[in-house]
Amino acid sequence: MSFLEIRNLYKSFGGLIAVRNVTVSIERGEIIGLIGPNGAGKTTIFNLISGTFPPDSGVIIFEGENIVGMIDYQVCQKGISRTYQIMKPFNKLTVMENILVGAFNKIKKKRLAMEFSLDLLNFVGLYSKRNDLASNLTIAEKKSLELARALATQPKLLLLDEVMAGLNPKEQNDAINLIMEINRKGITLLVIEHKMKIIMAISNRIIALHNGEKIAEGTPEEISNHPKVIEAYLGGKDTLA
Amino acid sequence: MPEINMFRRVKLFIIYIVIIFCIFLGLPQLLSSYFLHVLILILYFSFLGSAWNILGGYAGQFSFGHSAFFGVGAYTSSLLYIKIGISPWIGMFIGGILAAILGGFIGYLTFRYKLRGAFFALSTFAFSEMLRIIALNWEFTGKAVGILIPLIQGGSLQHFQFLNKITYYYTILFMLLTIWLVQYSFDHFKFGYYLKAIREEEEAAGSLGINILKYKTIALIISGFFTALGGTFYAQYMFYIDPDITFGTNVTIEMIVRTMLGGAGTVFGPLIGSTIIELASEVMRSLLGEYKGLHMMFYAIILILVMIFFPNGMMGLLRGKKKEEQKGI
Amino acid sequence: MDLGMLLEAIAYGLLSGGVYALIGVGLNLIFGVMKIINFAHGSFLMLGMYCTYWLSIFFNIDPYVSLIITIPFLFFIGIIIQKFLINPIIGYPEDNQLVLTMGVMLFLENIALFLWGPDFRTVKVSYAGTVFPLFNIRLNALRLIAFVGGLFLALILYIFLKKTDIGKAIRASSEEREGAYAVGINVKKIQLISFGIGTACAGAAGTLITPFFYISPTVGHLFLLTAFMVVVLGGMGSFFGAIFGGFIIGVMESLGAVIFPGSIGQIVPFSLFVIILLFKPKGLFMR
Repeated sequence: MSFLEIRNLYKSFGGLIAVRNVTVSIERGEIIGLIGPNGAGKTTIFNLISGTFPPDSGVIIFEGENIVGMIDYQVCQKGISRTYQIMKPFNKLTVMENILVGAFNKIKKKRLAMEFSLDLLNFVGLYSKRNDLASNLTIAEKKSLELARALATQPKLLLLDEVMAGLNPKEQNDAINLIMEINRKGITLLVIEHKMKIIMAISNRIIALHNGEKIAEGTPEEISNHPKVIEAYLGGKDTLA
Repeated sequence: MPEINMFRRVKLFIIYIVIIFCIFLGLPQLLSSYFLHVLILILYFSFLGSAWNILGGYAGQFSFGHSAFFGVGAYTSSLLYIKIGISPWIGMFIGGILAAILGGFIGYLTFRYKLRGAFFALSTFAFSEMLRIIALNWEFTGKAVGILIPLIQGGSLQHFQFLNKITYYYTILFMLLTIWLVQYSFDHFKFGYYLKAIREEEEAAGSLGINILKYKTIALIISGFFTALGGTFYAQYMFYIDPDITFGTNVTIEMIVRTMLGGAGTVFGPLIGSTIIELASEVMRSLLGEYKGLHMMFYAIILILVMIFFPNGMMGLLRGKKKEEQKGI
Repeated sequence: MDLGMLLEAIAYGLLSGGVYALIGVGLNLIFGVMKIINFAHGSFLMLGMYCTYWLSIFFNIDPYVSLIITIPFLFFIGIIIQKFLINPIIGYPEDNQLVLTMGVMLFLENIALFLWGPDFRTVKVSYAGTVFPLFNIRLNALRLIAFVGGLFLALILYIFLKKTDIGKAIRASSEEREGAYAVGINVKKIQLISFGIGTACAGAAGTLITPFFYISPTVGHLFLLTAFMVVVLGGMGSFFGAIFGGFIIGVMESLGAVIFPGSIGQIVPFSLFVIILLFKPKGLFMR
């Protein structure tokens, strides 16, 4: 029984088919990269998994349970959390309070939740900013906040949507280290990323999407040589080299 | 160490409350009946504003139909009193419960179907209008004539009527303190954090495990409950209610204006807004006389100016100053 | 209650619908271009009524003729208010916008209250009692004129939006603001004009109903919720939706008044409104 199993997932909006017959299987502890040109359906799949909206058909089985039809907060309580491509920090709340909100998912008592949150802030490097308003952070800091907030819910599976966007090389490096560290702690990761170098470096396996369909799946090496993947990216600025 | 920080903050807050409370406790002895009336109005509107604030400021759901709860409270206690002789204190509580049930109903309906922003505001408006029309046409509620609370010579505690304004004052002060305590607890417990998260970024809140429907509805229920209490207070202070006074837009607007002026989502916002408006009204009234509409005009102007220049209300202004001071250190 | 009464109620409702349609397309325009819910819309209707009243008292101008003056006047007022009060808050959080337009409503109502007092006023015309029979139904002349006037003005607005350059710019801005900027449309100016047109519609509607409706500073309240219902019913952003919405609300209101005793009937359109909001918030006519 795999950790997360997606079978024959379909989702359309109006007449547009965003996800077409996608089947994916993820094992516990993996880092899976999800790549594809814009509009390939990556974020839609995230939305389907996290319960933002339901699929037209297909199943999503997480730890043996079909989570299709569950509302987003229920999915989170089951152990799946996500970050957003367009960040959604709680602007009028402090960094600490942002994390607390996430921590309350599994921790009832405020004091314990606060201790947990402070540890987490330390882990992602935002401890010194804990009393700042979320709106006052830099982009990199906001990304860390978004990540930490999702981690605070103590997920088993974490969906990361384009965490590298807007970060300079040093910040990207820090982010990569953070992701690896999170994985070492036992959290399975599904990562959407445009920067090929990074995805190749961190993923155990990569799944490539195009026009809503899965066109390839395999190790980074297999993917970089896959004809369909190369074709999909032909002319795009994301190169595989 | 966060614990010491929190402990100090609680201590500070309690000190503020005690000081303010003492001031408010002592004030009535010094004031004439007229000023006491103004003070009562300030506290009364702070109370109502705070009630609205729970849903509007904390949870960020802008209701334009809160008079529905106000009216339910006012009519419930008044009808129970007039028809069956039940003490308005008990009636107040029953009215609150009914309003809470109404809140649950409206909340479940509107939040389940994800009504937000102006759509939510309009649907709550539709509900309050429906209740107004029902009250206007129902024999039982007295139709347009409304309900007159019979005066009792010398006042009476059980009948929630007092000859002396001071007792009304202490009553509303106590009510205000209660709702402040409730709001304060929001600020420091999971419930409050969740409401604010919903207000800030509803979608993200959901993905962090927050049951949006549940929390919004609870906020509406609590908000409605307290609003209804305010309705009963009004009935027992003014002795007359009718469909327009209770279910009309005026009450709703009063609640919203004071809260937005003072700062939505803060504990003291409604009090600040209320104080400014009552004082400004009184000043206006004494300077310009009893010209109908003139002081409301100025109050509308104040409101407009505040919305443009101080979108976070007065509390936002104060906090901004504090932030600047902190940065300067 | 017989068929005759029912038909008459429906006819009556359709006549009201014409005016509601005009109010609705005005509100719709404002919402479409600025994405702002204009709580003050009813107050502009009220101003239109007072305008007509004073023109009739001082210059003995027939209310319908006074449209020539009230329309540009209300347009002008709308522009002033947009420029100084609405424009500054365009990017602001929605709550602030709602409260601001509420403040405008309060201001306008109370300035009317201050200047002209709370007493109801009416404008009488000599042909008030005329009735046009249509089959078995007697159509009141004043309401018929209001109906025709309302639809006529709505038609003019429609042609304006469809055919003129400014009209096209308005439609572009309301559909895709960013795109409109990109093609060089002066969006600020468009917002200004749209608001002006919207208030002019409300004012014109006020003028049209003056001969058969009472005038008071708070009369706008009555039409506020109706205006929103019309627009939401039809679908925010849809011109024809507002027109149909106007008719539906008019007929619902009228049927409600006839079927139920007292004014309970008013609940009918409200209930419909809530139901639509819950199940088809995009309105009946949006795809």
